[in-house]
Amino acid sequence: MNPLLSVRDLSVGFGRDAAVSPVVRGVSFDLASGETLALVGESGSGKSVTALSINRLVDFGGGRITGGSMMWKRSDGSALDLAQADERALLGLRGREIGMIFQEPMTSLNPVHTVGAQIEEAFRLNRGLEGRAASDAAREALDRVRIPDAAQRMKYYPHQMSGGMRQRVMIAMALAGNPRLLIADEPTTALDVTVQAQIMALLAELKAELGMAMIFITHDIGLVAGIADSVMVMQNGLVVEQGRLDAVLDAPQHDYTKHLLGAVPHFTGGQAVRRDHQRAPDAKPAVKVEDLVVRFPIGGGLFSRGAGAIHAVEGVGFDLVPGETLAIVGESGSGKSTTARAILGLTEATRGKIATAPGRHGRPVQMVFQDPFASLNPRLDVKSLLAEPAIAAGMPVDSLLFSRMLQLLERVGLPEDALARYPHQFSGGQRQRLCIARALMLNPDVVVLDEAVSALDVSVQARVLDLLIDLQHEFGLAYLFISHDMAVVERIAHRVAVMYAGQVVEIGSAAAVLAQPRHSYTKRLIAAVPGVERRRQRYDVDTTPVPSLIRPKGYEPAPAEWVTAGDDHLVRAE
Amino acid sequence: MRILRAIAAHPTGRIGAGIILLYLLLALCGTIGFTPHDPLQQFRIDRLQGPSATYLMGTDLFGRDTASRLMVGIGQSFLIAFASVGLASLFGTIIGLLAGWWGGWLDGVFMRSMDVLLAFPAILLALLIIAIVGPGTFTSVVAIAAVYTPIFARVVRGPTLSLKRRDFVDAARTFGSSEGYILTRHLLLNLVAPLTVQVTLALAWALLTEAGLSFLGLGTQPPAPSLGLMMSEARNLMQQAPWLLVFPGLTIMLGILGFNLFGDALRDILDPRTQRRTA
Repeated sequence: MNPLLSVRDLSVGFGRDAAVSPVVRGVSFDLASGETLALVGESGSGKSVTALSINRLVDFGGGRITGGSMMWKRSDGSALDLAQADERALLGLRGREIGMIFQEPMTSLNPVHTVGAQIEEAFRLNRGLEGRAASDAAREALDRVRIPDAAQRMKYYPHQMSGGMRQRVMIAMALAGNPRLLIADEPTTALDVTVQAQIMALLAELKAELGMAMIFITHDIGLVAGIADSVMVMQNGLVVEQGRLDAVLDAPQHDYTKHLLGAVPHFTGGQAVRRDHQRAPDAKPAVKVEDLVVRFPIGGGLFSRGAGAIHAVEGVGFDLVPGETLAIVGESGSGKSTTARAILGLTEATRGKIATAPGRHGRPVQMVFQDPFASLNPRLDVKSLLAEPAIAAGMPVDSLLFSRMLQLLERVGLPEDALARYPHQFSGGQRQRLCIARALMLNPDVVVLDEAVSALDVSVQARVLDLLIDLQHEFGLAYLFISHDMAVVERIAHRVAVMYAGQVVEIGSAAAVLAQPRHSYTKRLIAAVPGVERRRQRYDVDTTPVPSLIRPKGYEPAPAEWVTAGDDHLVRAE
Repeated sequence: MRILRAIAAHPTGRIGAGIILLYLLLALCGTIGFTPHDPLQQFRIDRLQGPSATYLMGTDLFGRDTASRLMVGIGQSFLIAFASVGLASLFGTIIGLLAGWWGGWLDGVFMRSMDVLLAFPAILLALLIIAIVGPGTFTSVVAIAAVYTPIFARVVRGPTLSLKRRDFVDAARTFGSSEGYILTRHLLLNLVAPLTVQVTLALAWALLTEAGLSFLGLGTQPPAPSLGLMMSEARNLMQQAPWLLVFPGLTIMLGILGFNLFGDALRDILDPRTQRRTA
């Protein structure tokens, strides 16, 4: 093999001479032209630093290469050691021979220039194209990344495009110089699951079309399956396992690789749903939502009273009995979080009825937010955080309250001495446990979990889900579980409601909806779930845009028609 | 405790804190009358004496001891600076907090009136208020407070706008927490750091504004000593008795330097971004 890039004993450290803390220690690998290497690891494993060392962007982040070599074969056949190369040589390399795409397309695009201008600039810098030639090349580039109406979209600003579109633009820019190596640093982490599938499919196609090598960085080992030729698993700056894709995935040798593969939530298409709850025919709902509508007026300046409204939630209805989990799934912008916020009164509903169990006082619905960092006031200790719901309910702060706090802390698996600590002294998983304990302080009937495990590492995620299930059995809680992650939904839901463009398009028992999806959108959603065992299937690039939710003033949608697809399975007619 | 230790470890913060402590000590001594000489007593035979062992910083036209007068003057300046910044931060915080929290037309009314106040140069606005009410210590406090209230309102309103959108405020709403509870526990508590920094820096400006006002004869009235007044009296004697100008001038300069160094250090220490870096 004649490798394009050959890395030997690469070590990278951060900090000044006296206090260099090593972040990458002795990494070696070879990469041939046209091959894809996946770098897998959890946050802090050194995977991004390794990749950033290759184009030496790591220098700008305060890192230094402390040892090893990186032999790069230039297009004229000569070899260059990237570890020793000076900034001038690297400038000629970046963009032209080594392209890069980043995690967050919004922050890597300049918000004050049109995307067309930004892609043209890439062509100007990397290929010396000017004027018409540059704009023609830019349009072709947009075509190449499958952006429809490329000529039109050239004039768009980044904020006018969706996350998936922006990431395509980033890819178009990275490809402007016809690089022979593309470094993709978690390019789909910030995107929805169907968009993620589209981007992955696009990268796979482009790789085949252009014959370039790729280094793909991800924390999700399930994602590498569809694209990589070889895999390198990293932990604490060390490579713990590397090899061909099938060898690593089918017969992992190292415990950490096994742990990662085991922790990935497996989506089995409705085979592994919970069967621990059967709805009694006479069960009284803990919460019943009927015809919920939430609209946000737009325009509405001083002289024009509202041009129309964003119909964020349109005629949503469901009920939830004690001990049951209803999962609401959908992509960002589908209205699932707005539905939750309306139920809690955080967003004003335009109309609709939200009824909680009759005769119930106080606040029977509580919520756990997605980001445990943001939902705990950093300046309050745990005692004050847990006391807040009780104070709000007018309960006295006495020894009874403290014993309840201790009991709940113990129940969610936090130590007793946690009471005097502050949120920053806990890990992400512990913080989410704290939020769960806080939500339970007032004995709620219903807990709304808004992407409550999405921000957690996979292994932590599994344990928090187990805790939630235990708590549900113990207290007879009803969960409204909002998520975009189908594998997690399959693990916790009894019933599933699929939301698309502000409306529920399919609702029913988890087994029915996940195993026999009827609505075209549900099918699309389920087909897009990545997985280790689905790696030999391939997705087609699907660019169906989400319909606009902006409606003219006075618009009322046609009443929904429902088709019964089974015992507990309703599908909206298309 | 953590903050005190961090300031002691901060290279320039340490100097700033030292200067402020020294000034506080001098002001305290001056206020309780523990001075080398009586600041008001006129030693007629020792008029316009240069610095000596008896009169550390010399004497003025009336034979009064400059060092003693400076100590009392520092006390006077500190009193006005602390009182006016206290008032300004109190009203500014309330206005900024409510404007940010309620938003809408109330925000507009509050912040536009603050903008009107900010449109005037600080000293001009203070002059205007004193011209209407008449000079004196209390008027100086009110005038300087009025000048710095808008700055506090702005400093508080910005973070309030972002804090009120945070998840923990939403979470508090789902518990049914009262507005007062949310404003004090969730917003104000998170504003302590930026406010502390702003207060220290505002003390430096207030010190300078007070000196300016009394230099113009609109602050502390003679014969009571004050830093600005002493410079004003000394300006005609610049040739014969330069020490009369140099010592009050240095005192003002050093005091402002102290507060600025201290404020910058506090900003470094309380800034969450630097905290994260050290953590």
